[in-house]
Amino acid sequence: MKNPSAALAVAVALAGLGAPADAQIVRAVMHSDLKVVDPTVSTAYIVRNHGYMVWDQLVARDEKGQVRPQMADKWEVSADGTVYTFTLRDGLEWHDGKPVTSEDCIASIRRFLQRDATGLRMAPFVKGYEAVSPKVFRIVLNEPYGLVLDTLSKPSLAPLFMMPKAVAETPPAEPIKPEQVIGSGPFMFKRDEWRPGEKVVYVRNPKYRPRSEPPSGFAGGKVVQVERVEWLAISDGQTALAALANGEVDLVEILPQDLAGIAAKDKRVVVEPGYQQTYFFRPNWVHPPFDNPKVRQAAMIALNQEQMLRGMVGDPKYWRVCRSAFACNSPLATDVGMADAIRGDVKRAQALLKEAGYDGTPLLIPHPTDLPTLNNLGPLAKQQLERAGFKVQLAPSDWQSMTLRLRKKDKPADGGWSAYMSSLDLADAQNPIDRGHFNTNCKTSFLGWPCDDKMEMLRDAYSRASDPAARRGLAREIHERNAEIVAVIPLGEYSTLRARSPKLQTTFQQPIPLFWGVRKQ
Amino acid sequence: MVAFLLRRVLSVVPVLAIVAVLVFLMLRLVPGDPAAIIAGETATAEQIEQTRQHLGLDRSIPVQFAIWIGHVLRGDLGDSYFFRMPVTDLILQRLEPTMMLGLAALVLSVAVAVPLGVIAAFRQGTWIDRGVMAVSVAGFSVPVFVLGYSLAYVFSVQLGWFPVQGYARIADGFGPFVERLVLPALTLSFVYVALIARITRTSVLEVLNEDYVRTARAKGLNEREVVVGHALRNAAVPILTIVGIGLGLLIGGAVVTESVFAIPGLGRLTVEAVLSRDFPVIQALILLFSAGYVLVNLLVDIGYALLDPRIRY
Repeated sequence: MKNPSAALAVAVALAGLGAPADAQIVRAVMHSDLKVVDPTVSTAYIVRNHGYMVWDQLVARDEKGQVRPQMADKWEVSADGTVYTFTLRDGLEWHDGKPVTSEDCIASIRRFLQRDATGLRMAPFVKGYEAVSPKVFRIVLNEPYGLVLDTLSKPSLAPLFMMPKAVAETPPAEPIKPEQVIGSGPFMFKRDEWRPGEKVVYVRNPKYRPRSEPPSGFAGGKVVQVERVEWLAISDGQTALAALANGEVDLVEILPQDLAGIAAKDKRVVVEPGYQQTYFFRPNWVHPPFDNPKVRQAAMIALNQEQMLRGMVGDPKYWRVCRSAFACNSPLATDVGMADAIRGDVKRAQALLKEAGYDGTPLLIPHPTDLPTLNNLGPLAKQQLERAGFKVQLAPSDWQSMTLRLRKKDKPADGGWSAYMSSLDLADAQNPIDRGHFNTNCKTSFLGWPCDDKMEMLRDAYSRASDPAARRGLAREIHERNAEIVAVIPLGEYSTLRARSPKLQTTFQQPIPLFWGVRKQ
Repeated sequence: MVAFLLRRVLSVVPVLAIVAVLVFLMLRLVPGDPAAIIAGETATAEQIEQTRQHLGLDRSIPVQFAIWIGHVLRGDLGDSYFFRMPVTDLILQRLEPTMMLGLAALVLSVAVAVPLGVIAAFRQGTWIDRGVMAVSVAGFSVPVFVLGYSLAYVFSVQLGWFPVQGYARIADGFGPFVERLVLPALTLSFVYVALIARITRTSVLEVLNEDYVRTARAKGLNEREVVVGHALRNAAVPILTIVGIGLGLLIGGAVVTESVFAIPGLGRLTVEAVLSRDFPVIQALILLFSAGYVLVNLLVDIGYALLDPRIRY
């Protein structure tokens, strides 16, 4: 060959045969490295995201929160509301080529109902399951339960994914192994290429048959437009941004706020609002001073949501004041009971503290110093609460040590705590059952351990109600009750910042990082 | 020499045994519950307890230790609590990046620092000497991450000469391997260059005043022969010592360098395992680092004997 560069081009082309072109590979820096691969056992968001890559849901929620069929072709509910019959779509296959059957779905639901908080709530209502045929199965209830479809379509914090029966029979406390990551979802997990701490690789599932509807929220047609997705483990935001600018990655899922200014000046990077989240303040009901409802109310009056968001997020285009403990974009959003709350009303908070007989017991608030998205919350809350007369002591630590402290019911002075703050995806704040902060069951409520029978009666009524108007009414009552007892204080909604290459585009508004409907030029 | 080597190799056993007991106990005594981390923030106490039972953490510490040490003696370091894969596989995946990074930094450091130190000693008090010492002070003073970010900004983001992050294995091609190793190795070697250059300068200055150097010059040897044959050879023992001791520094620096350049090495694995309280991984890594340190010290001892005929074991 006379032209050496042509020879080189041919050699390169031959060497590249079988490998997808760069436009078919999306390299993303996710907010965390994937460690646990079981989305039923772990509630970590990265595991949930991994779940949506590999597995599919029986039913799923669209962008308006409506439940839609996903792997199910249809479902029917008996006239008395006690039998749910699901028919699976034609042609559903696991990644190993075996067909998806009713038995698989029953085993998956059974495991989920033994593990998940919303599942545990539904479990007592379930009388049994019946595999009518390989494609049809029934869930039989003891009595009508209004949240069957909501539970099965739970979108976040350990959603219900359908798994092969052999995998779903793993005990619910035991995470499945990497070799068991066999789904029927739009992507396949490449176990042989998974290098923990380096990258997770998914390839398009060629046998996946997307629904015909357009994608919406977690539902609709999951049309994959790239051959391969790589999640790269780059823990440092600065390095991730530099890699994006250098063309080594296509997406940085969460860009630290302090890098937004630098990123915005770089033409090789597009900075945009990412995923919607909400901050919250959770008091510990077990120990003084937050064992007194009036003191909790004083904290709710003393905190100032707008100042908090300004301090945490900065640019107003990325946050909004939202006094609803249900996501402000959800059908249940309401600010009932919160007229005077979270506005930093110092005088009223002082009066409430006096009325409550607050004796100056210091609030001990764990303060994670290793998470840029959370580490200003502590100092801001301390300032606002002290202005109202609280004594506040921050307990700085790394996040993992903080989670351990939160598990302790001990007195704050003995290693416990008085209140903590964190954030939640709005997908987890859609209703009073999904949002676990409203669980005030004296036996099963978590971190903060609120205990209130009236709230539980309202939640019970909500979970039995099937009429949307009745549910909205009950949700308002629950919200109002929360304002009285203060199980959780919403601290406002914000968008995470996402940085992407101009070559990367998404075709629909994604509630969380999803990789169907993503294309690259 | 053989008896010495045998003795030293055998001495590794009690060292590792003590390390194993200490590490195991320390991990159980410091705060941190892997079961709670796996289960997540919203898990109930019952769910966490189930996970703890599954991991075997509900057993008494002596029983846990007996089970673990039994497996270790059979060559089984256990499975990671989180990744559900053998710790040995995890470590093997991460070994090459760290070893290559360390080796590249070490070779680069010695290749640059020793000549710099020798030149500085021979030109004591001149601007060359002051320049080398200034570089040395800078090497000690500039944090590894600052240097790493600066190099990445200039050579990757602005000039586009090198990738910003990641590691390419040798098996994937020598070009990409070198391309991705240059900036991390430069970053990591800087502090090492400072250390070795300073020690080399001091050691060479000491031997330059010795009688045998004066004799060598008096009998008409040129400066190159004086340096290589007499000065450097006699100054080599302290330099070798500092190279060995500096390995600890290198491991510490590797943790930061691997984070800055997103290199999937043992340093990052250690940090991740500590943060997530992945006990089997932490235990295995500390055993590995301890064994590595002992091995390096053994090599240094052998090096003494090779460099200095007066040293015999």
